[in-house]
Amino acid sequence: MSLLDRHVGLVEALRRSGVPVSLAEDLDAVRAAQQLPLLDRDALRAAYAATLVKRPTHRPNFDALFDLWFPPLLGDGIVRDEMAAPEPDQQPSRLGLSDGPEALAHLRDRLAEALGSGDPDLLAQLAREGVGRFGEMKGRGQGQASWSAYTALHRIHAAELVDRVVAGLAADPDDAPAARRRVQRRVEEFGRYAEADARRRVAEEKGADHMSRHAVRPTVENLDFTSARRADLVEMRRQIHPLARRLATRLAREQAAQGRGSLDFRRTVRASMSTGGVPLETKHRPRRPARTDLVVLCDVSGSVASFAQFTLMLVFALREQFSRVRAFTFVDEVTEVTDRFRPGADPVQTMLDLAASVQQVAMFGRTHYGRALERFYERHHDALGPQASLLVLGDARSNHSDLALPTLRRMVRESRHAWWLNPEHARHWDTGDSAASAYGEVVPMVECRNLTQLGEFVHGLAI
Amino acid sequence: MVTWFESPADAVKRLADVGYLADDDTATTVFLAGVLGKPLLVEGPAGVGKTELAKAVTAAADAALVRLQCYEGLDEARALYEWNYKKQLLRIQAAGAQAWEETHDDIFSEEFLLTRPLLTAIRREDPTVLLVDEVDKTDVEVEGLLLEVLSDFQVTIPELGTVVATRRPFVVLTSNASRELSEALKRRCLYLHLDYPDADREKAIVLSQVPEAGERLVEQLVEMVGRLRELELKKAPSIAESVDWARTLLALDAGHLDADVAARTLGVVLKHVSDQERATKELRLARTS
Repeated sequence: MSLLDRHVGLVEALRRSGVPVSLAEDLDAVRAAQQLPLLDRDALRAAYAATLVKRPTHRPNFDALFDLWFPPLLGDGIVRDEMAAPEPDQQPSRLGLSDGPEALAHLRDRLAEALGSGDPDLLAQLAREGVGRFGEMKGRGQGQASWSAYTALHRIHAAELVDRVVAGLAADPDDAPAARRRVQRRVEEFGRYAEADARRRVAEEKGADHMSRHAVRPTVENLDFTSARRADLVEMRRQIHPLARRLATRLAREQAAQGRGSLDFRRTVRASMSTGGVPLETKHRPRRPARTDLVVLCDVSGSVASFAQFTLMLVFALREQFSRVRAFTFVDEVTEVTDRFRPGADPVQTMLDLAASVQQVAMFGRTHYGRALERFYERHHDALGPQASLLVLGDARSNHSDLALPTLRRMVRESRHAWWLNPEHARHWDTGDSAASAYGEVVPMVECRNLTQLGEFVHGLAI
Repeated sequence: MVTWFESPADAVKRLADVGYLADDDTATTVFLAGVLGKPLLVEGPAGVGKTELAKAVTAAADAALVRLQCYEGLDEARALYEWNYKKQLLRIQAAGAQAWEETHDDIFSEEFLLTRPLLTAIRREDPTVLLVDEVDKTDVEVEGLLLEVLSDFQVTIPELGTVVATRRPFVVLTSNASRELSEALKRRCLYLHLDYPDADREKAIVLSQVPEAGERLVEQLVEMVGRLRELELKKAPSIAESVDWARTLLALDAGHLDADVAARTLGVVLKHVSDQERATKELRLARTS
């Protein structure tokens, strides 16, 4: 594979993964690469990153793909087999690396040392060796072997070494917690190296193109709420405030541009002084934006809880854009949670409070939309009114129970606007116990699967 | 074409000479921006040294810095050039019997032109670094204006003609990402995301700024700041704040940073009440009464 083929392959894989790379940027990358010593892989990575990747959220995918298309080494590279006792009569496995218990113990010893010193190169080298020795899953024929970082990490079990390393590091007991954190970070680093190495080996066997179709996850803002893992949820939570800030900036701008108010005579005359009394520029009063009253009704049952939390956090982060926000959560009972969102409150605490409030709204623990809607109308129907916009969040899966469509219809009639946000992909609507189209006939139902869609929707709501 | 830096290694060395400790990625990107003659867009959280980078490049290359501070409502007249109306009016009044054609030619000449940062940077003959600071604060129209200037390094003034740069300035744009910049602008730039540095580099930075603090104290401080950044805070402490913290501890004559001292001086690095509460709880600092 020539260098140019690799370059084109990488660019195409990037585009497939959702990084918009224009032809101009493609050419820039080639020009930049020419200016650098070809053998310096890190410099090449920096050059590609500077020219091709213009958004920080795209960076993890870029790094993964770069490793696939420009692997740091081939096969096992040069591994010094310190257990070396090449027995002539034994048929050597691929490169003669043994994966027996002695080899494992030996590797763990060296790993413990590396974790202590924290040298990233040494860690990466050990990760490579570890995957090569303990992560191989032999295939039947040529080109069918595969590597699993999971198997390798499971056998090496680096987490078990932490205590040993910490004991060696911290002479002073005061330092122990700090040392432990440091070592734990290094263990995680080791895990990442091992995963990257397993990907690289598989890519070598099956082709980078094949791997790049499977190894890449969508960026945080395009990740589905329903398929997010724990680590993703934390990352998403970090994105909420920047997203709210960006939306607020955009809204302020659009409202300012949205046409001018009446002529401000005083300021116009005053401004004309600098041009000799000729009013070259007219000044206008700002227009008062009409603000919406928002009523949010969220399903917080297990399946869609995270989606409801994100929406509530975003709505409350943009509180100034609405005249009033009231939030209610339900599973089969309804409660108001507006007071849990205090200005300047700690987002983590708010999340915990919300999670705790779920206990109060689950009498039987199964989502029951009909009952929840009835209860809401019965107790809180004063929240609705001609100024209010109603927002229902949920997957419309009501466990085949009564839907209370007439009540919802009445609620919609009593409010100014109404929407239903559904975190499921539209193609899953109406499957199983989903009553999406039944509710969709009463309230316009909007698909809202990720932060991008959520941001767009809330933006449209506030303007 | 001037060469700004010989190689990435040269960039690291010369930036370090003027007190800016760049990592390899930053140095490589700065080197490329110089050698390709492309603007460099630096994005990242507040206080990680985006503006400092531009200043360091200026000092390292022995150039002059022309700075355009962006703000909402910045327009062509403030960014590019403006005619000096008042002076023109005076000139017309003083013309007396002079023919209008002559006066007209006269008042649209160099003498009545007020150059603003973008035009200044393009017309300079000596090495120049143009810093467009906080470009995300401007309106979208200004971005359009920047496009012409940054891709062709030329400015068209209807009355005078097109001014082309004799020597391309080294352009640095900084952004806090408070809004998405347009794709067109990003496409024309090299992109560098500056993030909080790793512990070793931060230690080196703090030590170079506050050498009296001593290695042990700075190590503890950097470790603590690293832990603070891992928490979910509204505003994570920046490098500038780490340096401030080191100065504070020095002024308080605190030999080391323990939970008690940290709790008392937390206000230097965390500026939200909820952040301070969170940090006190998570890091088990002694609560101040």
